[in-house]
Parts: sequence; structure tokens; C-alpha cells
Amino acid sequence: MADSKAPALGNVMKEGLWGQNVVFSQLLAMCPAMAVTTSGTNGLGMGMATTAVLIVSNILVSMIRHTVSSQVRIPVFVVVIAGLVTVVDMVLNAWMHDLYKVLGLFIALIVVNCAILGRAEAFAVKNGVLISAVDGLAMGLGFTGALTVIGLVREFFGAGTLFSNASGLLGPGFAFLEMKLPGYGGALLMILPPGGFAVLGFLLAGKRAMELRQARLAKAAPPPAAQPSHC
Amino acid sequence: MNLDAIREKLGYQPVLLGVVALVVSGALALAATSTHDAIAAAEAADLRNSLSDVLPKGFADNDLVKDVVTLQYKDKPLTIYRARLGSALKGVVFQVSERGYSGEILVLMAVDVDGKMLGARVLKHTETPGLGDKIEIAKDKWILSFNGKSLGEPPADKWGVKKDGGVFDQFAGATITPRAVVKAVKGGMLFFSEHKAEILGG
Repeated sequence: MADSKAPALGNVMKEGLWGQNVVFSQLLAMCPAMAVTTSGTNGLGMGMATTAVLIVSNILVSMIRHTVSSQVRIPVFVVVIAGLVTVVDMVLNAWMHDLYKVLGLFIALIVVNCAILGRAEAFAVKNGVLISAVDGLAMGLGFTGALTVIGLVREFFGAGTLFSNASGLLGPGFAFLEMKLPGYGGALLMILPPGGFAVLGFLLAGKRAMELRQARLAKAAPPPAAQPSHC
Repeated sequence: MNLDAIREKLGYQPVLLGVVALVVSGALALAATSTHDAIAAAEAADLRNSLSDVLPKGFADNDLVKDVVTLQYKDKPLTIYRARLGSALKGVVFQVSERGYSGEILVLMAVDVDGKMLGARVLKHTETPGLGDKIEIAKDKWILSFNGKSLGEPPADKWGVKKDGGVFDQFAGATITPRAVVKAVKGGMLFFSEHKAEILGG
């Protein structure tokens, strides 16, 4: 497939982290995003596993982009991604068994993550290997950040803790992240799926409001032309 | 003909799909064979660790993995590991399973020769992270509530979660998961009492 004009590195990073954020802008990968974000640690774990797969899948798809015809590209990408995730699952289980015991739960969920197919389809298939890897990293980090934030909010209101079990995921050195609100039993609703959607809704509204405000400020900036009618 | 022209031909599509499927299958087969031994070794190490986890410290001094008896449980062969101190048989460890909220939950349980629970641990599950995973010892102490229980204590109809009138706690937001674990352990206890002679003698 024809390559589009190579996008700038910084732009790719910015789009992945904020502008085109997988969860907050593209609203992709809702299934894993809602399912695992019951705590900040879970969101972080899922995000890290997804980032790794996203980088490798973007590289692979970008490598075969000239051979794959547009008619059968979707099944080809699905096979490649599913195969890749399964290999990662086996390799982690065999040689990084301790990490696997923590992340293993999330890895199977990555196959159903449409963000990965989405990036293959929207970016890797049109761009070079290196910039695709960067895009995978940026999108992955954006995804990780979003899941961690949703997870933290749900965990805080739902269970009164922050980053519980972080030392299990990141090692004992990260136990300092774990916080508990004393004397708060938690609102179960926030841990259940409705809480996930509610938190996502509020965060989306927040991001939207921020962007609108920025746009208004940018418009108001050239002094003589535009008179702001209200504040 | 260059690649661009060939790529649009009808015959190219199935061939491409076939080749990709073949290559990916090959990669999977390669990964499966090269990781097989390491995964088996890691799981065996896990098994040894779990076996010593469910038994109290200093309870047994033999290699449990080598002292086994196999019986039929729910129409499947069940390996029972036997714990000895010196030559005296002190208790047994075996694995039971039950369908939880999302898939099988594997529970390893240890019972002493009198039918009293020594301990239980969840080996494998796919329950909801943050809700059902409190059955793991790493997340919650709940699984320790089985320690010291036996079929008469509490009585059989109290072997359930509190919502069902039993003695075991359920978790906020997850009743099905602990209910399944209790059911699995109760089934194991019944199995032990019915086949005690074979398990201890065989």
C-alpha cells in the first residue's frame, strides 16, 4: 500500500498520548478498558502488556505492508496479532513465569483489543517501521495512562484505596504507592461496570471541556480582530 | 510484472492468506515446542510451592510429588499427594475445581487423616480482577477461613457462603466466585470421607 507522507515524530507522540488517545478520543478498546480498570494497578498492568504487544504488532504490520493487499488486510492482521499475542503468552509463561503470574490474566484480553487492529489499520499499514514503532509506543502509553486514571478513580471511590497490590505487579520497591483511605467502606457501584462507564463519561467530558477552552483561548488570542463576547 | 500489479489479482488473495496463516502457525508451533519444557518445569515448581503452602510448616518431610495415589473423581483421574512425617501418613493434598463466574477455578486443598482441613489455595482462575480475585491469598486472607474446618464442623448445610446461610464470607460484588470455591472444597471433603480407605491405604 502507498505510504503517506511521514508524520513528524513529536506529532506522533502527542497524538498518541493526548490528541488521538485510544480511550479518551478514539473510544476504542472499551471492553478491556471497562473490564480491568477496577484498580489503578490493574489498569497499569493491562496498559503495559498492551503497549508491548502494540509496538511489536505495529512493527510486524509495517514490515509486511507492501505485500499485503488491501482486500484481505483485515484477516491477515487479525491472524498476525492473534499469533503474536499467543506467542507472547507462551514465552512469558516459560521464561518470565513470575511476571506471567501477574500479567497472565491480561494477556488473553489483548487479543480482543481492537486498539491494536485499529493502529495497524490506521497507521502501521501506511508508514515506515520505525515511525510505526513510535506510534505503537505513544498509543500504548496513552492507553496505559487512560486505564490507570480510570482505574485510580474507580478504586478511590469504590474501595477507598489507591494502587492496591502495586508491589505485586511492579516489585516490593513500589509498595510506597499503595494508599488506603481509613474508615471508608467504598461504593461498590464504582467497581461494577456502571461505575466504569460513569467515570469514563466524566473524564471524557472533562477532556472535551479542556479542549474547548483551549480552542476558545486560541481564537481569542489575536487581539484586535476578535472581541470575546463573554467569558 | 511488479508487485503492485500482482497484488490486485484474485489469485493473490487466497495465496497470501494461506501463506500468512502457514507462517503464523509455524511460529506458534515453534514457540509451543520450545517453551513446552520450560512451562512444564515452571508449573512443576509452582506445584511444589503450592503443596508446601497448603500444609503447615514442618507437617511433612517427604517429597509429596513422588508419593501419589490416583483415584477417579467426577469421572476424571485425580492425583492425590500424600504427606508423611517419618513413615507415618499425616495428610493428603489434592486438587478440586468448580465453575466460577468466568471459567474453572482450581483449588488445591490439604486434609489431615482425620478429615480436618489443613489449608486451601486457589491455583488458577479467571475471575474478575479486583472483585473475584480476592480468593487469591495474595489479595485477601479469605481462603484461610477454610483452615481447621471439617465436614461436621461446621455441619454440612453450613458449608456455604453467608448469603446461602453458610459460615463463609462472600465478597462485595462477587458472590458466585466464593460460592464456587466453597462448593469445590466441600466436594473434596465429601470425596475424602467416602474414599478415605483407598486414599490412605492405596
